[in-house]
Formats: sequence, C-alpha cells, structure tokens
Amino acid sequence: MAVQTTNLEPKGIQGLGKAIKRKEDSRFIVGKGNYLDDIKLPGMLYMALVHSPYAHAKILNIDASEALKIPGVKAVITAKDLAAAGLSWIPTLAGDKQMVLADGKVLYQYQEVAAVYAETRQAAADGAAAVQVEYEPLPVVVDPYKATAPDAPVLREDLKGQMTGAHGPRRHDNHIWTWDVGSKDETEKALAASEVRIKQHMVYPRSHPAPLEPCGCIGDMNPATGRLTVYMTTQAPHAIRTVLSLVTKIPENNIRVISPDIGGGFGNKVPVYPGYVCAIVGSIVLGAPVKWVETRTENLTTTGFARDFHMDIEIGATKDGKVTAMKVYTLADHGAFDAAADPSKYPAGLFSICTGSYDFQKAYAQVEAVYTNKAPGGVAYRCSFRVTEASYLIERSMDVLAHELKMDPAELRLKNFIQPQQFPYPSALGWTYDSGDYEKTLKVALERIGYAELRKEQAEKRARGELMGIGISTFTEIVGAGPSKDFDILGIKMFDGAEIRVHPSGSAIVRAGTRHQGQGHETTWAQIVSEELGLDVDKIIVEEGDTDTAPYGLGTYASRSTPTAGGAMALGARRIREKAKKIAAHLLEVGENDVEWVDKKFVVKGVPGKSVTMNEVAFAAYTNLPPGMEPGLETTYYYDPPNLTFPHGAYICVVDIDKGTGEVKVRRFVAIDDCGTIINPMIVEGQVHGGLTEGFAMAFMQEIAFDEQGNHLSSNFTDYLLPTALETPKWETGHTVTPSPHHPIGAKGVGESPTVGSPAAFVNAVVDALAHLGVRHIDMPITREKVWRILRQAGVDSF
Amino acid sequence: MEITLKINGAEKKLNVEPRTLLVHAIRDAGLTGTHIGCDSSSCGVCTVVLDGKTAVKSCTMFAVMAEGHEITTIEGMAQGGKLHPLQQAFHDQHGLQCGYCTPGMIMAAHVLLQHNPNPTEEEIRFGLSGNLCRCTGYQNIVKAVQQAAQMLQQPAGAAADD
Repeated sequence: MAVQTTNLEPKGIQGLGKAIKRKEDSRFIVGKGNYLDDIKLPGMLYMALVHSPYAHAKILNIDASEALKIPGVKAVITAKDLAAAGLSWIPTLAGDKQMVLADGKVLYQYQEVAAVYAETRQAAADGAAAVQVEYEPLPVVVDPYKATAPDAPVLREDLKGQMTGAHGPRRHDNHIWTWDVGSKDETEKALAASEVRIKQHMVYPRSHPAPLEPCGCIGDMNPATGRLTVYMTTQAPHAIRTVLSLVTKIPENNIRVISPDIGGGFGNKVPVYPGYVCAIVGSIVLGAPVKWVETRTENLTTTGFARDFHMDIEIGATKDGKVTAMKVYTLADHGAFDAAADPSKYPAGLFSICTGSYDFQKAYAQVEAVYTNKAPGGVAYRCSFRVTEASYLIERSMDVLAHELKMDPAELRLKNFIQPQQFPYPSALGWTYDSGDYEKTLKVALERIGYAELRKEQAEKRARGELMGIGISTFTEIVGAGPSKDFDILGIKMFDGAEIRVHPSGSAIVRAGTRHQGQGHETTWAQIVSEELGLDVDKIIVEEGDTDTAPYGLGTYASRSTPTAGGAMALGARRIREKAKKIAAHLLEVGENDVEWVDKKFVVKGVPGKSVTMNEVAFAAYTNLPPGMEPGLETTYYYDPPNLTFPHGAYICVVDIDKGTGEVKVRRFVAIDDCGTIINPMIVEGQVHGGLTEGFAMAFMQEIAFDEQGNHLSSNFTDYLLPTALETPKWETGHTVTPSPHHPIGAKGVGESPTVGSPAAFVNAVVDALAHLGVRHIDMPITREKVWRILRQAGVDSF
Repeated sequence: MEITLKINGAEKKLNVEPRTLLVHAIRDAGLTGTHIGCDSSSCGVCTVVLDGKTAVKSCTMFAVMAEGHEITTIEGMAQGGKLHPLQQAFHDQHGLQCGYCTPGMIMAAHVLLQHNPNPTEEEIRFGLSGNLCRCTGYQNIVKAVQQAAQMLQQPAGAAADD
C-alpha cells in the first residue's frame, strides 16, 4: 500500500563522517512534532502556580476561598497539604533539600506558594490570581559576599545551627560548603617564587538557558492500576523515574516517564522542579491527568539558573612567559537551595579543569557556595558542570597575563600548551586528559583568520584612533561523565545504555537512555549502527525518552551522549556483529574463522566473491540458524567509559568598536574545534553554530539580574535579551581531528564546546580593543553602556 | 462564544472565551504545529500567516479578531504530499535542531519571500529578527531561506530534488 508521505530520510548505508540530512526533520518541518504541551489526555486538568512577590518573607496566611469559588477550579494546595503526603520538601541533586511549595516562608521572588487545579487553563490562571497570601517581608540577601556577614539574616531556618552539610563543614548559616583541590602550600610557594604574578577578579554572571519550549509536566495517575505515567520535559527520564520512586515511594515499575520531543534543553530540563511535583501530586489526589506548562516568566525566575561564579585568580609565570602556578578562589551563589545539577561527589562540578590547555605544574582551587535570596539552580547550561566558568577563567586570565608580559596572547598560549607527546596528561588538579593537539588547532585558526595581517591592521587603526580588537580562546573541555568509579547522581552510576534489535528484514530499532533535544541522535545513532552493522540508515529507527522501553541511562547533558551512549551503541553493534559472523559462517558453509567483515559485508577469506550481507544474516537469525544457536539478533549494551573525554578548540574573534556609542561589532569569528572522530559533519557544524551563538549571548546580552530588594529584573524576553538573527555574527567553522584513544569510535562530544570556549574569545577581543586605554578586564555581559562609559571615562572622543 | 475560524482552508467552529488568544484557539483546534514560547510576543514561535500575506504572532491577537480572516499555519504549507520549498530548504540546510521555532520561522520566512522574493542575507536576518532560535545560531536558517528563494523563482516542476 502506498502511503502519501513527505518523509525525507536519507537512504542506504551511511556511516561515520557522512553529512547526511537529519532523519528527525520530517516531522518537525510539517508541524508534527510532539512536544509536551501538544499532549492532551481525556479528562485532563490544568495547573497554575501562585508566586511570591517578595524575595524573603514570612507567610502569615494563605486564603484560597475566593479561588475555589471560580467556576472550573477544582482544588488549591499549599505546603500543608503536601506535608500530609511527605512531599512538602524534596531532596536536591546536590544533597540539599528544597521546598516544593513555600513552607512558612518564601526565600526568593516568584517562589511557588500554592498550586491551583482547574478544568481549563484559563480557570487555573484565574484561580491562581484569586489566592490571597499575606506576607511579612524579611531582610534580603542578594550579594553573595554579604551572605556570610556576621549580621546577615538566616535564610534557611531549617538548617539553622547545623554546622555540617552534605559536603562537609559549614562556617555560617548561609554557607553551604567549601570544596578545594590541589596543593595550597606548594602552589603558594611556587607563586611566591614566580618572576611575574597577575591577579584578577572576574564574575561569570547568573544566566539562564531559556530554551524556547518552557518546562512542563503531565502527571497521569491511573487510579485503577496504581500506575503513574509522567510526561515531562526532561533530559534524563530514567534518573527522574528513579528519583520519583524514591521520593513518592511508588514502586519504580509503577512509574513510566515519557519525555516527548523537547524544544531545547541546554541543562534547564535536568532538575526536578516544584511544578512537576505539584502536577504529579495533583493527579494522584484528584484522580485525573494534570498538565502544567510554565510561563516564560516562571521559566526565567524559578527554574534552572546557571553560572553565578565570582572568581579570583592568581597566576605565576617566568619573565619569558612560562606559567608556573595558579591559585583560584571562587564564591558560588547558589540561591535559596543547593539544587546544583552536578555529579554527587563534585559540588563544584568539573571546575578543576581550570588549568585548561596549559602545562601548570602547581595549582590550587577553592570554591565556596552560599545561600542568597534567589532561585535555586546551578544547572550545567550547555556545559559539562562548571566547565564554562573554568574555561572562561583560564582563557580570560591568559590574556591578562599576556598583557602584563607585553606578549602576544597567541605566543603566550603556544609557549604553554600541553604537548601532544605528554598525553595521556595528568593535570595538576587531578584529571587525565585523553588526547589533544592544541598547537595544531591554534595554528589552523591563526592561519584561517590571517592573524598576522589583523595585528598589522589593528596597529594602523589604533594609530588613527580606531578601536579594533582580536580575542583568542584555546580551551579544553572535560565531558562525557562518566566513569562510574567517580561519577554518580544520588548514587546512580553515570553509565549509559543502548539497545539494538535487528528485525528479520534487515531493518532495526535502536533505543538509548539518552534524550535528545535537537542534537540529532535519531540520525547519529543510526549512523553509528549503520557503520558497525552495514544496515541502511533509513531502515534504522531511533527511539529515546520512554522509560518503559529504553534501556537505563543517565540522559543527555554535559556533552555526554556521544561519549557514553554513542560508545554503548558501537559496542552493542559489535556484539551483534560477533553473533552475525557465526550465522554468516553457517550461511557460507565455512568455519567462523574463515569469515571476515570487509566493506560492511561478511566475506570468505581469500574468496572475495563469496559473501553475505547483514540483511541476509538478519533473515537467517530468524529462519535459518546454526543448530543450537539462540534465535534473534539483538542486544542491550551498557557502556561505562574508562575516562572522560577532553574536546578542545581554538577560537579567534575580531571586533570593531564604535567610539561614539560603544557598540561592539563582531567582524569575524573563526572556530576550529577538535571533538575527535566526527559522526556527522553537518550536525557538528550546526551544534557549533548554536553554541557560539549562546556564548555570544552570554558575552554581550544575557544576564539574570536583581535589585537590592531581590526583585528579579530579567523575568521575560524583553528584559532578558537573546540574540536574534540580526545581531548574531556569521560563524566560520573548521576542525582538527584528534580521536579519543579510549572511546570505541574515537568521538569526544561537541555540543557544548562552543558555549564553553567562546565567551572568553569575545571578551578578550573587546578588552584587546581597549587595552591601550588601560582596560584589563570587563565583566560580562559587555553592554554598549559599559563600553560607552569606559570610553568616556578614558576621554576618548566620540567621533 | 461560538466563532468560526478558517484555518488552512478548512472552517473550524470553536467555542472560545473573548479573551482566548488566537494561538490557543489554533492549538485547541488540534493544530499543534504552532507553538508557544513566551508571554511577551518576543519569540515568534507562534507566527502564522493572515490572509496569505501578513505574518502575525498569534499570541498578539484574540481568536475572535481572526474571524473572517484566512489563517495559514505550518500544517497548511505542504500541498498534496509535496513539501513547500521552505520546508524542503530547512531540511536541506540543517536549518532546524529542536524544531520548536521552526514552524514560526517558516511562516515568517514565507511572508518575507512574498514581499521580497530575492532578499539579501541582511534582509533575511532583518526579516526574521522577530523570531528567536536557541539552537541554530540562525546561519543555516538564512541559508535555508536563500535556497527557498531560489526554488520559488524556478519554474514549477524544476525544483531541486533532495
């Protein structure tokens, strides 16, 4: 039967390195994606939340009587109701706990205070507006440096006087933990002995991933079966299922988490949010499905902030520019609850990658986290757990050092790179870098952008009073968590799974524990399997996001999908190929040792004409097996990587600055990435374009800001600015390929490199343009106003 | 109140409140390709075409205001099993990743190309500046619109194959 279809899937065997177009596009380009808010269940109720107008206040009374009079409103719940179910507080990923609905007091503006359930979206919103809450405002802590002042108000009264937390001793009621790594004494000694030392303070401001699809959830408890189905915008469905089971005490087999198509995640959709919990509780209590989809304001004010690292660095070097030691102190503003999304043993994530691409012999880093009256979060926004902050710190600091030494920043980097023969490289802060060729990548970038010419042009322009700058960032990332000996989330080891089932007709279904949000897994997983098994890519369906069917895995974030699930996919396919080889030998009527896999076929050694394809083997696996062999051709493979992967890159940015307005124009941006083996160059380039744009956004626009009363100043897209097509620069991309020696296909992951690596390149370029005016550092976001003020203060003429 | 909306050529009778936004009415009518991404008419993921010639963020109109107008959504772009050149071009140029902005982006580009069949890159970037995308960095979206412009200027039947 011919079905009329607009399906555009690429055809045939399409393995690694092929820029095939994406399989998943077919549904999205015709408006047939299936995102959370597209799902409508029979009898479904809608939920809206009541939010606090205050950043810190006691709750004196909550009166829902008017709300309950509104036609269609079914119920209103508060912390008291949740307490009856033991759900007024939930554990966070970081070993803390957080309120689901405000319990006695609110700790940040927009905090969730009550949940209203109604028959329509409109009635729920009307109900939320009608709930009357009486508050008594309390003094507010906004500045993290003031959080641990002796007279600072205690924010977390539930923890008052508890001087030990999940990550060790606490020195103040608003102090969460102190974490450090490296040798302090040796580093200080090395610094003291250094010929040159620089110190710099810099802030990586609070930001928000703001995917275009907000977060949402449908709780669907079936009262007849006791089975809970949860549709959720989550990047980690299996981890959510386990956490839900632990928190609600519903047996895990009675929970099914479905993560439908996701309209962008970028780390925002990793944690569990109060709205999710209330939708699920509502469904259990009311016996009907309950949908909650947050508004953009709810998204920006209450869920998943990122960064907010306040960093001080000191670097020592010789006079001729060889780095000797680095010491870092960071104050991390975690908001009202420590809900940072990091592997459990790493409260500051992988921040200790802050020695970057350079051969530091001594290093020490200390991070302290504090509570403030801001929303919780600390998500890895397009970043492998604080790697963005670390990378920005070192790459910005190398320019500060170059400035101090009056050395070209490219030359300083070339002088200090870890050399190819040093890999596997043990870093001073404890990582083992897998592979890299930093010098090669930077040289490709310098050549591509015409660095020497640009420096000449800059000198000429500067002589004429024109402002032009060149910024370099040669970052190293650490991704792919992770080896389960070190990495877990609430004890769950961070491996990932893949299931491959080859059907009799030579088609297959492939499932993974990851959950893509635009990364193209439906295409790249199919390419890995096509490469390993010689099956047509159009006959491989990839499915993710349903915990009832997909193998267990920790999900998609931290650039971990290719390093973990990608490895599972390749090794699972190879396991299938081993069985297939036995069947091939049977079909070819030779011994197994006489069969080899050549050009994606099983061939009799020395008899090139005698071969069978995987399609033929697949059919035989169900119809004509060797005696005694288990039928079928499928496997589930769990891959626990032996190490993390360390993608790197060299980015160079050229800016021109308008002397009159302070407007920074990015004239060129060259990004040379090395993510190891490339599965699909088109998808990799797309990831780099998107990541660079988010890096650009952080450098110049995005900031979650607060006033002194803790009022949120960035609560919608007219205040929290995202780049449009108009201001986004045109990206020039390229690659070097240094495969990971331990990954089954040599791939390292790429989704986050550009977001991690690019902010320093932008800022370095702007500072470089203004360096002759005495400017050494400017904190992000570099707005026109900031630059304009610098120019006017420096006495630069507007024309 | 009862209203009748003509969406993609089909009349749909809907029961809406006076305050119901057009985007909610369209989605409640089962056409979920038109998305919602913000509360401030900033993001453009709800962009639809009014009377074949005006791109409208459907969160800026009440459903009742759309009575008597022809509304085209992403679901109305492919005809007879054949994709619109813009849909084909977004696929060909990798102009989408998560797909959430894509319908609005295609509808905005559709109107842009009607007014300016052969836009420069700058004109495309300006024309789409009311539509946000968080995934692609816009570069491949611009290329997609350029490809679609070329396809639309070719005589019918001569459109490039996949």
